[in-house]
Amino acid sequence: MDAKLEIKNIITTNEVCLFMKGVPEAPQCGFSMAVSNILKHLNVNFKGVNVLENEEIRNAIKVYSDWPTIPQLYIKGEFVGGCDIIKEMYEKGELKELLKTKNLI
Amino acid sequence: MALPIEEIKKLISSSIPDATIEIEDLKGDSNHYAAKISSKLFNGISKIEQHKLVYKSLQGKMGKELHALSITTEGK
Repeated sequence: MDAKLEIKNIITTNEVCLFMKGVPEAPQCGFSMAVSNILKHLNVNFKGVNVLENEEIRNAIKVYSDWPTIPQLYIKGEFVGGCDIIKEMYEKGELKELLKTKNLI
Repeated sequence: MALPIEEIKKLISSSIPDATIEIEDLKGDSNHYAAKISSKLFNGISKIEQHKLVYKSLQGKMGKELHALSITTEGK
């Protein structure tokens, strides 16, 4: 499958989806770990996609969102941010609010 | 490969001329930085758009020569 199509498929079939280095149980980068821990802390179910296992997805996700770094968080198909933005949203309570509004927690 | 602080500031200033920039070398290895940037260009646009402006100013170096740069942005 074309990588762009595969991404589209992943983010539409998983309401909360984190493209990350490693897996939620064992992140392989501090930034991926930070976002993964925030989501766990908020008790939200999410799908972790390990970009280290798929070079095509790793490159295509950066083009898809026009965003050069990993991790990337998608909620209901929409790109919400990378590590800095997610941390900031979490600290301000905005991430919890967003997840509540979307009935995900 | 490392990118010195002055070089990062120069790149950001060249596309965001009014930017006030503070950069901290987190580990003293010229490879892990935290930057605080404020500019009028950030007024009225989303955080994602703000960070994209910063990434664009770095001309593709983010994720390559520049391994880790955490960004905080605000309007002016």
